[in-house]
Amino acid sequence: MSTNRRLRTYMPWGKNVLVWIISLITIAPLILIVINSLKDSAQASSMGMDLPTSLHFSNFKTVFEQGKLAGSLWNSVLYAGVSTILCVLLASMAAYVYARRKSRLNRFSYLFMLLGLAMPLNYFTLMKMMQLLHLVNSQLGIIILYAAVQIPLSVFILYGFVGGVPKELDEAGIIDGCGPIRLFFDIIFPLLKPAAVTVFILAFLNSWNEFLLPLYFLNSASQWPMTLSVYNFFGQFQMQWNLVSADIVLTSLPVVIVYLLGQRFIIAGMTAGSVKG
Amino acid sequence: MNNKTYPYYFSLGAMLLYVLLLVIPGVAGIAYAFTDWNSYDSAVHFIGLDNFRKVFSGENMYVSFIKNTLIFTIATIVLKTVIGFFLALLVNKGVRFRNFHRAVMFMPAVVPMLIVGLIFKSVLHPDTGLLNEFLLTIGLGFLAQHWLTDLNFAFKSIIGVDVWKGAGYIMVILLAGLQSIPKDYDEAAEIDGAGYWRRIWNITIPLLMPALTVTLVLNMLYGLKVFDTVYVLTNGGPGYATEVLFTGVFKEFSMGRYGLGTALSTVLFVFMTIIGYFVVKVMSREEDSH
Repeated sequence: MSTNRRLRTYMPWGKNVLVWIISLITIAPLILIVINSLKDSAQASSMGMDLPTSLHFSNFKTVFEQGKLAGSLWNSVLYAGVSTILCVLLASMAAYVYARRKSRLNRFSYLFMLLGLAMPLNYFTLMKMMQLLHLVNSQLGIIILYAAVQIPLSVFILYGFVGGVPKELDEAGIIDGCGPIRLFFDIIFPLLKPAAVTVFILAFLNSWNEFLLPLYFLNSASQWPMTLSVYNFFGQFQMQWNLVSADIVLTSLPVVIVYLLGQRFIIAGMTAGSVKG
Repeated sequence: MNNKTYPYYFSLGAMLLYVLLLVIPGVAGIAYAFTDWNSYDSAVHFIGLDNFRKVFSGENMYVSFIKNTLIFTIATIVLKTVIGFFLALLVNKGVRFRNFHRAVMFMPAVVPMLIVGLIFKSVLHPDTGLLNEFLLTIGLGFLAQHWLTDLNFAFKSIIGVDVWKGAGYIMVILLAGLQSIPKDYDEAAEIDGAGYWRRIWNITIPLLMPALTVTLVLNMLYGLKVFDTVYVLTNGGPGYATEVLFTGVFKEFSMGRYGLGTALSTVLFVFMTIIGYFVVKVMSREEDSH
């Protein structure tokens, strides 16, 4: 009894310390990079946890100029932004029809699309297809490809959500004389917003973090997104960890901000379906 | 209020992109896997099972790519699930600043894998890396290693980095699962005198099964397709010690050996599509029962 009570008093204390240690282990590598992004190159060469002797914010400027970051930053925003909008639009329209009208064809189409959750890409034949469609080394091509890759997961998340929107709304809309397009965009889509935001954020993060697709399908450096540029930059400036760190900070900052702002939605999306069972 | 209200053409855009860019290349890949397709010759010839023979014969390194991919997948499934589960238990109750800790532990999941790789190239550096310096500082200098270039440690290091990135994600899913379990069961068992671990084993884990299944599937799909982690940290080296399927595929692509690369990709495509088929089947059965 007494050991039990002692455990109860001290356990939370021990537990809290343990949790802090784990959080520190998790965050340490990230902090390391932030600290070193502010050092001069001599001090950063040892990549230690020691604080910068003086703050070199100029690293960020150097990286922007030498790494041609402005261009790839714009590319990343363009690719991730446009492909995500396209994906949310197409996926929500498909999920809506699949969830509302469960005909044989729709049901098959939905399940067939879910197979895409597991299907790996074949880069050789995909390259051939992209060539046939004149989408290789093209910004439009990579945008369409990003959207296609995100569609199965997006349809899956949205499908579950459409079921929760009362069907009576559709009937009311029809009685008021809405066509299918107005019904969807004016009445249903606004109600899908929580799920649409979740899908948007997830697809945006995945597209922003994508490395392999541009590696295969974009040859010219001027079309590269941030991930590819930072990798290339690392190849050129391996010895200058302060600059590499600054580049890493700039590449990660957008996703970390999106994460902190949209945490609730991300977690909702990532746990979708996992607890319903 | 059917065909007209919910027209099929609404779904055509998504279906078109999906079929054109994912399904057709995947299925066409099966056909091309039986050819000598390459970048030097515009003609493509049927060569039967030659590519698959090369992949599985063991004369080349390809079997080890497949083996490494499977080892990586199984190791990361086990480690991420076990660590994620304990993190979830830890953060679930009796911890202050719970949301803060949860946010921190999840953070690595949103950082691009490529970036994580670069960061750990520094952290695992034998001379200046944070890990070896830390081990020296706490008097465990004898544990310091050439993490990414030593044959015995390179693949383990890759797995470790991937677990560092992914465990928080699994924790979040399992935490959501834990919170959906009614407290009554646990309390009843406690009154009956069941100890902490017994309650975890006999009550929490069985009730967490749906969430554990999801994490299993997610980890498996991710593990089989791993590329970025290996590419950045070791690019398959030293030698071929850490080469996985998708880094091998990328090398075949660079060397212009399309037929062989397609055969490698097809092995994965068939395997994963079969897994996907069963996942979808289970999911559709669950839906019918609702």
